[in-house]
Amino acid sequence: MPTQATPQAEPDRVTITLTVNGKPRSLALEPWTTLLDLLREELGLTGTKKGCDHGQCGACTVLLDGRRVNSCLALAVMQDGASVTTIEGLAAADGTLHPMQTAFIEQDAFQCGYCTPGQICSAIALLEEDHAQNPDEIRELMSGNICRCGAYPNIVAAIEQVMASGGEPAP
Amino acid sequence: MNRFTYARPADLAGALREIARDPGARFIAGGTNLVDLMKYDVERPTRLVDVTRLPGLDAIEETAAGGLRIGALVSNTAIAYDARIGRRYPLLASAVLAGASPQLRNAASTGGNLLQRTRCYYFYDAATPCNKREPGSGCPAIGGVNRIHAILGTSEHCIATHPSDMCVALAALEAVVQVAGPGGERAIPFAEFHRLPGDHPERDTTLCQDEIITAVELPPEGFAEHHTYLKLRDRLSYAFALVSVAAALELDGGRIARARIALGGVAHKPWRMPEAEAALAGQPAEAASFALAADRLLAGAQGHGHNDFKIDLARRAILRALSQAAAGTPQSQTDKRIR
Ligand SMILES: Cc1cc2nc3c(=O)[nH]c(=O)nc-3n(C[C@H](O)[C@H](O)[C@H](O)COP(=O)(O)OP(=O)(O)OC[C@H]3O[C@@H](n4cnc5c(N)ncnc54)[C@H](O)[C@@H]3O)c2cc1C
Ligand code: SF4
Ligand code: FES
Ligand code: FES
Repeated sequence: MPTQATPQAEPDRVTITLTVNGKPRSLALEPWTTLLDLLREELGLTGTKKGCDHGQCGACTVLLDGRRVNSCLALAVMQDGASVTTIEGLAAADGTLHPMQTAFIEQDAFQCGYCTPGQICSAIALLEEDHAQNPDEIRELMSGNICRCGAYPNIVAAIEQVMASGGEPAP
Repeated sequence: MNRFTYARPADLAGALREIARDPGARFIAGGTNLVDLMKYDVERPTRLVDVTRLPGLDAIEETAAGGLRIGALVSNTAIAYDARIGRRYPLLASAVLAGASPQLRNAASTGGNLLQRTRCYYFYDAATPCNKREPGSGCPAIGGVNRIHAILGTSEHCIATHPSDMCVALAALEAVVQVAGPGGERAIPFAEFHRLPGDHPERDTTLCQDEIITAVELPPEGFAEHHTYLKLRDRLSYAFALVSVAAALELDGGRIARARIALGGVAHKPWRMPEAEAALAGQPAEAASFALAADRLLAGAQGHGHNDFKIDLARRAILRALSQAAAGTPQSQTDKRIR
């Protein structure tokens, strides 16, 4: 598992730089590698989940230059120079959880947890985008994240909790 | 996914050179349709030409004519929340918000949205025949599983639909697609951009393989007061349309001065019928007029078994959309109750 891939390119590989959870990396990639497979298979960041691999579930949601995207449909070579934040990159250096992570725990917003990293990344972007003011709007703008366990009411509650606290960690 | 090489040209001329060099090469923007299809081996490009770094294609600008020019790289999200579009072309913003998910809209580009391919199950399954994927191999959707398929403008070779929501609004607004190719630039009226399947279902549009979309231009008239985008689907969000209607009216007192109606989910392209729209002119903005328009629009509609329900659904959707537009109460894309 190379943490620092050699920039010395093989014939088919393309070298890019990518900042992953704050750490700049130089990577020599096969062009058909998706961002999701790069994170999981090559960088060992398995927090980001593969559900459908076709843009249909949202489990693979990460923050790409701050915007939420489905990493399963993003080719890694196309992200040269970008900055990616995954679920592993949300907590503070001292381990303090991101307010959204805390809210998910406090509101019991997951059962099996498979959709959760994607839900949390998506929810953080939702707040940043600032287009949702009420539960209807939260539900609509979280509709790109499917939860097979049906934890939706608690997911909405967790997001409302963070919204109400202005993004500050719960006391 | 098949193996391919990757190019990232720095300018439009470079992109056109890359695509001209190799008939197997394809442009890629957001990748949300192309990468999906590559994973199913439906698309097997030999080379991907990344257009996302091309300069000058990511802005929404005023045109000399008084409309807006949306660059091919403008994301679906940027269209949905642009203040000018919201004020002058709310029908377009609404249709974009009715489609896909926030994540997909962030990645999806304007050019890619126009060129997204059908969601026909057989087209997606490389193990089955399909005239669109493999010309001459047959169309198993005819006489097969065809709940999501077309009821208008089909051919004996293909009954697929175009899946875009944004394009239905662009058709109603009579947008113009700007393209560049080896022979220079040309402008394609929206009605001529997507094709009916006819004898060549493998061709979705009139764009050539070596041409690139640079922008979509909106004419000045945006029908901002009387419009709606009504989308009916199997679940309330994050699902393609079974039937959708973009309706835009200009009213003169209680009468219709001008009408535009485009249907999604029913044909190989956003479906318009200028005669049905013209016949509404001068008529009172009420249910009886709307019913006549619906009858005209659907006169040639034909079901294929599982999708028979779409004919009645489309009729009701047209009536409801026209009454929403006339009342100035467009469908909310958040509160899904249909009023
Ligand atoms: C799960 C899911 C649900 C969806 N739901 C909806 C929905 O409800 N409504 C809806 O409308 N859409 C929906 N979509 C489709 C989505 O809107 C499209 O995938 C997206 O708009 C395509 O844009 P892109 O930039 O990602 O295109 P890409 O995948 O990059 O490209 C698509 C095609 O366009 C070509 N291309 C791209 N840019 C150019 C250009 N400038 N010039 C020439 N050719 C170009 C590419 O070669 C390719 O053939 C959904 C998609 C998914 C995966
Ligand atoms: S409807 Fe068109 S896309 Fe679907 S199987 Fe038939 S030919 Fe292929
Ligand atoms: S794994 Fe990417 S959307 Fe399902
Ligand atoms: S918690 Fe199990 S899928 Fe959401």
